[in-house]
Amino acid sequence: MDTSRRAFFKGVATAATLSVIPAVAEAREKIVPRADAVGLLYDTTRCVGCKACTVACKKANDLPADTDGYGDGLYDSPEGLNEYTKTVIQLAKSDNETSFVKKQCMHCVDPACVGACMLGAMYKGDFGIVSYDASKCVGCRYCEVACPFGVPKFEWSKKAPKIVKCELCRTRLAKGQKPACTDVCPRDAVIYGTRAELLQDARQRIAANPGKYVQKIYGENELGGTQVLYLSHVPFEDLGFRFSETESVPHVQQSVQHGIYKGFAAPVALYALLGAVMFRNRRQEKEEKNDE
Amino acid sequence: MSETAQPVGGPLLTRTYNVLVALGALGVALIIWRFFVGLGGSTALSDGYPLGLWITLDVVTGTALACGGYALALVVYIFNKGKYHPLVRPAILTSALGYSMAGLSVAIDLGRPWNMWKIPLYVRNWNLNSALLEVALCIMAYVFVLWIELSPALLSKYQFAKRILPILDKALIWVIALGMLLPTMHQSSLGSLMLLAGPRLHPLWNTPLLPLLFLVCCLSMGYAAVVFEATFSSKAFGRKLETPMLITLQKAAAWVGFAFVAIRFLDLLFRGRLPLMLTLDLYGIVFWVETILFLVPVFFVLSSKTPSLGTIFRGAMCVALAGALYRFDTYLVAFDPGPGWHYFPSVSELFISIGLISIELAVFVALVKRFPILAGFRSES
Repeated sequence: MDTSRRAFFKGVATAATLSVIPAVAEAREKIVPRADAVGLLYDTTRCVGCKACTVACKKANDLPADTDGYGDGLYDSPEGLNEYTKTVIQLAKSDNETSFVKKQCMHCVDPACVGACMLGAMYKGDFGIVSYDASKCVGCRYCEVACPFGVPKFEWSKKAPKIVKCELCRTRLAKGQKPACTDVCPRDAVIYGTRAELLQDARQRIAANPGKYVQKIYGENELGGTQVLYLSHVPFEDLGFRFSETESVPHVQQSVQHGIYKGFAAPVALYALLGAVMFRNRRQEKEEKNDE
Repeated sequence: MSETAQPVGGPLLTRTYNVLVALGALGVALIIWRFFVGLGGSTALSDGYPLGLWITLDVVTGTALACGGYALALVVYIFNKGKYHPLVRPAILTSALGYSMAGLSVAIDLGRPWNMWKIPLYVRNWNLNSALLEVALCIMAYVFVLWIELSPALLSKYQFAKRILPILDKALIWVIALGMLLPTMHQSSLGSLMLLAGPRLHPLWNTPLLPLLFLVCCLSMGYAAVVFEATFSSKAFGRKLETPMLITLQKAAAWVGFAFVAIRFLDLLFRGRLPLMLTLDLYGIVFWVETILFLVPVFFVLSSKTPSLGTIFRGAMCVALAGALYRFDTYLVAFDPGPGWHYFPSVSELFISIGLISIELAVFVALVKRFPILAGFRSES
């Protein structure tokens, strides 16, 4: 009996070593942006808050009006991203200043929603666009828990709900058109391009007007980098960007997960161990019975 | 006392039982209504709090309390303490019911449950990075395993089973081994799952050790649940109590709970987060409530070698509450979706959960009365 217990503890210690230590030691490799990654660049200093982008987005994506906000049910007046709204202009307060800020999916380089999704309904598609395929979605909403930007929204009002989020107008891109929001912006406050071009453009704008901007391009490194980039004249926290760490959200979770389940060896070993101990216990019992 | 399990017998439809049936029926009616009005109309869930009572209570907490079968199997089959064997069947039944109800809750909670069958079958689409996929597959498999483990008890009185059962008996140790592997995997993955909430999870809860903490937590809750179930069966069916066994199981619950607290404090120490627990905000307070609830049973164990049944019960209660609170906090309280979001379950969410728990209890009582699950009771016949 004691030998089996010792064997078990030894096994547990081995299993623990197998699982925890590699998890801590071998962090997963950092995911870098793909060469053809496309995205948006939004510049607070150019935006006049006309909301043409919100309207164009609704038109392009066939989204209904959101009349729940102000305006006594007459106006499409979304206050934030929701099941009817894939992009929105908000007003942010910062000390004595105000700023507009456009919200939509950030198209992360290493998206938490994609890491969360069981069957790949949320996936990193062509050009690194974070895309959604309802046919594989069970509606678990784990993507909403995972997204650090609070982007994916669920159609709470529907009986056959889907997830709603900006997919960078991938159907328009396929037809050679630009994303609807960038197409209509009268001040080029939001522009479309490859991530590399947009980064270069953003750097030039900061260099040309150093006093005008916060000296940072949000999305260059934040949370593992995003394909939508921001320039701002007010601190990014005031625009609603809560996080400035550079590690992506899935990084820790996947390092741990990969550590435990590498090659599925630890579970198989544990199963064999459990079975072996039980087999041995049972044989011992039989022998004891025979002896009596 | 009889060592072998026997049906308890006696009439089924007592007054308490009818209350359970009524609550269960209300729950079922509300579930049907939920599918007619959708999740928005029937729940208080929102884009800020997309997971609510059903997931946190019925799945995350319910399956941990249903770990009695798992925790006891370790004692009986691995540590080879055969004398606990009479407690195994009722524990497995509790687990099978708890996990089945968790599965049902998930089906109610999913927005697109008609796609559920794709989870086990769309192998090529499996995202192996998804902790939720692991949880889903493991729980599906485990429900299956639990009912197989229980099948000898349920089938032995039927003629057709006389041939199958001896074969099953030989294969059963490999099924039981699976019954220990699967909870180890999915209970830890229930912890990994919230690693993806990342920076939105309060740093007192957010740690790479979440999987280990969730695993240890479910073991302590499992032992506590066995103590509950044994006490309940003795009160409800006049079953003779094996007080020495319950003392040992309560000790196990308390010391595993202590291990949980020790791992958690060491982790916070090594990552320099200890000062956070001294903040007197909501997070600091619930952290200490969890910790104290885990430690009180250790105090009980140390203060008396022969505790009264009341003390054993209260100790188990503390561990179960501590673990439940830890899980609620990790999924709801310590999760901060940002300003402007609030969640408190709607009336229908509450009554669907209450209904499911009532059904679980009712089925437990019915099976125990008609099938050989419990051992060591004073038979009424």
